[in-house]
Amino acid sequence: MSKYYLNYLDELESEAIYILREVWAQFDNPVIMFSGGKDSILLTHLAKKAFFPSRIPFPLMHVDTGHNFPETIQFRDDLIKEFGCQLIVGSVQESIDQGRVAEEKGKNATRNALQITTLLDAIESNKIDCAIGGGRRDEEKARAKERFFSHRDDFGQWNPKNQRPELWNILNGKHFEGEHFRAFPISNWTEMDVWNYIKRENIAIPSLYFAHEREVVWRSDSWIPVSEFLILEEGEKVETKKIRFRTLGDITITGGMESDADTLEKIANEVSTMRKTERGNRTDDKRSESAMEDRKRQGYF
Amino acid sequence: MQLDNNQLLRFTTAGSVDDGKSTLIGRLLYDSKSIFEDQLESIENTSAKKGHEGVDLALFTDGLKEEREQGITIDVAYRYFTTPKRKFIIADTPGHIQYTRNMVTGASTANVALILIDARHGVIEQTRRHAFIASLLQIPHLIVCINKMDLVDFSEERYNEIIAQFEEFSSKLLVKDIRFLPISALLGDNVVNASENMKWFKGAPMLHTLETMHISSDINKIDARFPVQTVLRPQRDGFIDYRGYAGRVASGIFRPGDEVTVMPSGFTSKIKSIDTFESTVDEAFAPMSVSITLEDDIDVSRGDMIVRNNNKPEPKQEFDAMLCWLNNETAKPRAKYTICHTSNDQKSMIKEVRYKVDVNSYNRIEDDKDLNMNDIARVTIKTTRPLMIDEYRDNRVTGSFILVDDATHETVAAGMIL
Repeated sequence: MSKYYLNYLDELESEAIYILREVWAQFDNPVIMFSGGKDSILLTHLAKKAFFPSRIPFPLMHVDTGHNFPETIQFRDDLIKEFGCQLIVGSVQESIDQGRVAEEKGKNATRNALQITTLLDAIESNKIDCAIGGGRRDEEKARAKERFFSHRDDFGQWNPKNQRPELWNILNGKHFEGEHFRAFPISNWTEMDVWNYIKRENIAIPSLYFAHEREVVWRSDSWIPVSEFLILEEGEKVETKKIRFRTLGDITITGGMESDADTLEKIANEVSTMRKTERGNRTDDKRSESAMEDRKRQGYF
Repeated sequence: MQLDNNQLLRFTTAGSVDDGKSTLIGRLLYDSKSIFEDQLESIENTSAKKGHEGVDLALFTDGLKEEREQGITIDVAYRYFTTPKRKFIIADTPGHIQYTRNMVTGASTANVALILIDARHGVIEQTRRHAFIASLLQIPHLIVCINKMDLVDFSEERYNEIIAQFEEFSSKLLVKDIRFLPISALLGDNVVNASENMKWFKGAPMLHTLETMHISSDINKIDARFPVQTVLRPQRDGFIDYRGYAGRVASGIFRPGDEVTVMPSGFTSKIKSIDTFESTVDEAFAPMSVSITLEDDIDVSRGDMIVRNNNKPEPKQEFDAMLCWLNNETAKPRAKYTICHTSNDQKSMIKEVRYKVDVNSYNRIEDDKDLNMNDIARVTIKTTRPLMIDEYRDNRVTGSFILVDDATHETVAAGMIL
């Protein structure tokens, strides 16, 4: 066999770099949506590669729900310092204080859906015309239908039935004022690809992904971390377990799993034997069959 | 799992729900253990709710709420699975609605197309249409899957009959590698595992074929083309004079020292280095993303193309192309559109619709020249400035373009240069 081919990780990397450079060339004011999770860290790492030796030309934008893991915020701040990027924070707490959104009530109340308003407000007030996200098509069935360049109308809404066809590698980011795009450079990566790449490149990720001892409560089939936001229910008891998180979202909705995987090697091995999808531990997706699609239509990422 | 040298293979599936396309994809994912328990549970629940017997594998490919409600696929969906040999991306295109638009989209990046035929019905109009599109988009490999063999008693005779039907018209196709495969997606015969019911079939099952098919030579390695996406000027310590041209190699091979021409300006220089992150490479080939530095300080910007001196694309302002119309709005005669070709955008005009093609009979339609959604036509395009083009049959990157309507910014057409 000839040597003129790329292995799959190199091809995915090259594709993502191509898309990031197209974003830079086609938009005036793009940002990377940064959550502190592995996918947005990977995205930032790829942006570093895409523009080297220039610095990453995009600010990072974090939609801060106020329900963060402290480790995530620390990681974010360290990364900003290392890469010399600008940070834009959209605060859900501020949106609540301003009366733009109302806090959910009840047992499984989260701030997950409230992020949509904060995100769209931040996009509008910062005149952002492209928000680059770490969404992947393998994550969820509505996301499987996403384009690399995904159009949003002037209300920030996604219309999955009227998407621009995307042919070859030609990306059409043309838009009118007030509209914006979401760009998804790692659309074609799977969870396993992400871990294999993080392992290969030895990319730093928050300690939460590695097995560690933590106070947790068993709820909805996973270990929910104890935090100031957690209200114990009858029959629930706090235990200390060795756990790690497979995905990171708000501390209120992200469940951990028992694990001994404390190196990237062990994590990649563990993920390759998992029999459940990674969003299976996210209570935000368990609400209904079309929970993700409904949120995406409104402007979620 | 040792995957270091594994390649990525992209394939598209054509066929309607009735041909068992969704079932086939479900089967591939299921038998290759790419389906997770919670997904399976959710499908089991839905199957039970709908009153289906057992697990309906087709449900794996439903994405949007309306698709689940109506049991149809609306938009191209992408699926992923990995085996110890390769990573696969499936572009799953709908069979009913906007078939041409979606199949063209899915086919544009595919190495392989799977075309499904219901063994009971044999070659139908739709088969001819799918084969035509696969050929138009120059998908290098075609696997014709004769499905539902279980419903024709796994008959070798029936299988051969259908091959004969297909070969009646396939000589008109431009696809070089066409293979046939008798399968039962429902029962799994010849999908991942070899069929116990069809011992007469000597070929390999589908997955093995997909895993071992030679795809490295599908990429053009002769014509060196490098469309510049953006210019990197770091203006920082250690890189004050750095000027790198960032892009992805479209075809051919570039090496430091190569004598190159920048088109359309025609300036010549030599490649000084080919850079990736914090390192340089001795060779760059498609589809590598790199940045190229040149020996001379010449003017290069987005939309330009770096090529080798002795092998240049032809700059043209007027050319013929096969056009697939993708929009609800009918093309306006002599209307102007923005043409996007590699990293270059220009104003353009459809100067003439020469003829449309009936995708079922392959006949030319000369008396109706309105371009409507899903129409395929041979047209003449005129642009305000020259584009550096190659024929699509030689180069899928520099031979392709899209048209964008300036009034809506929608992508209205996809073109393949002749």
